[in-house]
Amino acid sequence: MSDRKTLQIKQISGHSGNAPGYGVQRDAEVCKLVDTTICIGCKACEVACVEWNDMPFATTMFDNTYQTMPETRWNFWNLIKFNEHPREDGTVQWLMRKDQCMHCADPGCLRACPADGAIVQYANGIVDFQQENCIGCEFCVSGCPFDIPKFNPATKKVYKCTLCSDRVGQGLEPACIKACPTGCLKFGTKDDMKYVAEERAKQLRENFGFEKAGVYDPQSIGGTHVVYVLHDASDPERYGGLPANPVIPWSYTIWKWLFKPVLGTFALFGLVGVLFHYVTVGPRRAQPEPPLKEEGDVHRG
Amino acid sequence: MSTAVERFDDKARETFDRIGHTEVHVGELLRHRVYTRFLHWMVALFFFLALFSGFGIYLPWLFRWFTPIFGGGPLARAMHPWFGLGFVIFFGLQTLNWIKPMTWTQADSRWMRNIKQTVGGKEKMDPPDTGFFNGGQKLQFWEIVAGSILYLITGIILWIGADTFGRWTVAVSYVLHDLSALVMLGGIFIHIYLSTIGEPGTFHAMTRGTVSEAWAWTFHPAWYKEITGRNPEQACEEARRRGEFSK
Repeated sequence: MSDRKTLQIKQISGHSGNAPGYGVQRDAEVCKLVDTTICIGCKACEVACVEWNDMPFATTMFDNTYQTMPETRWNFWNLIKFNEHPREDGTVQWLMRKDQCMHCADPGCLRACPADGAIVQYANGIVDFQQENCIGCEFCVSGCPFDIPKFNPATKKVYKCTLCSDRVGQGLEPACIKACPTGCLKFGTKDDMKYVAEERAKQLRENFGFEKAGVYDPQSIGGTHVVYVLHDASDPERYGGLPANPVIPWSYTIWKWLFKPVLGTFALFGLVGVLFHYVTVGPRRAQPEPPLKEEGDVHRG
Repeated sequence: MSTAVERFDDKARETFDRIGHTEVHVGELLRHRVYTRFLHWMVALFFFLALFSGFGIYLPWLFRWFTPIFGGGPLARAMHPWFGLGFVIFFGLQTLNWIKPMTWTQADSRWMRNIKQTVGGKEKMDPPDTGFFNGGQKLQFWEIVAGSILYLITGIILWIGADTFGRWTVAVSYVLHDLSALVMLGGIFIHIYLSTIGEPGTFHAMTRGTVSEAWAWTFHPAWYKEITGRNPEQACEEARRRGEFSK
């Protein structure tokens, strides 16, 4: 995999026109596979993420679980969510899910973002924030179905998981994948990971008694470039609030495709209208006005 | 309106008349007192600060050249709500100040029905029952009142963010906030045009507070009649006979 090829931009937020060079070469879509059934909650991926991305120390917060903190932060992009799910027989199923950016095929953050080039989607599926173009409006926060983008008040910019686009661009796997000791995390092409995930789900259904085991790759946002294998794919909510049917608010679609171009033009009619009024109808003057020149003189003026 | 508001307005008007003053020359009428003018220009200042900082958030790929004025995109975004708050506060005071002359009347409904004639320049003078403000001015005023309420509610939601109000509330507020801005943007062109080159002589009312008598009997005949006690048509006719022409 050539390094340049993987960083071909596919979509740019708030940008007029197409992404230059898109479609010239064919790119393999990358994917992270998280098999929640073999995660042991060691948090090696959390540490690897903080270390590789060289982020400052984030204070932890105890909330009666093994979780490092209640949710991801601007300087803590990768969080294992611990959930205790009561089974019908009274025992408890301990669910651990690695929470991070899902790198949606149709990213809500990118749809909502007004800033030119603040969010880009690479042809390999990675959705990346370009902080130098970010204006800190936080609209991506409301556009995201997974509550991933986090605002840093000090820099007034928003941050999130990059899927280690810097590493992937050099042909390396993301830091979290490299750190995982159990093989719960895998990285490869979307097709390969989807195949592995489906095989694993089938194995869970047939050999381990998890009848509802399945793969989480929500099609409501065109699929994601992080897929989960879940013991019970019928209720992803129990895995720390993974939405069963993630959607982008419709208002962002209306706003982007209707309001901005159509109503923006409409507002300019006010300017065009008054200019035309002045040169056609003309101003209304306080009365009485000076009398007009004689008929014969008018054409000279 | 309640007397408390009236007492507040009267006190503010008197205080501002002591700070500044309005000279009414011969042939002129007092139109806007110092307090009204002060509020108008504060509203205008905050409106344009909010508008230009908002442009950078609305369409950066087209209006990113506005944001350096405010120190870049993030700072423009951070200051925009404060500009908006200033706009709402001063326009709120102006609403209290103007609530009486802006009350809608039968004459305004007639003025609106007659709008084609007025805008088309078919009639030289406004209808004889046009008071201190005409129907068009009142329509724009009440549009800004409604728009400001919408601004304030949606603006606070956008300011505080999705963590408090939920992502759907923010996403819908976003569209409503922009809708209100676009309506006002369309309106500001008309407002500036009519107060400057569209109806010459109007601008002076908001700068030094006075208008010529000719301006008054032409555009607001009923107001002219109310304060001078003279018939506007007749006054205009007399001026014509004397050979006085407005500039």
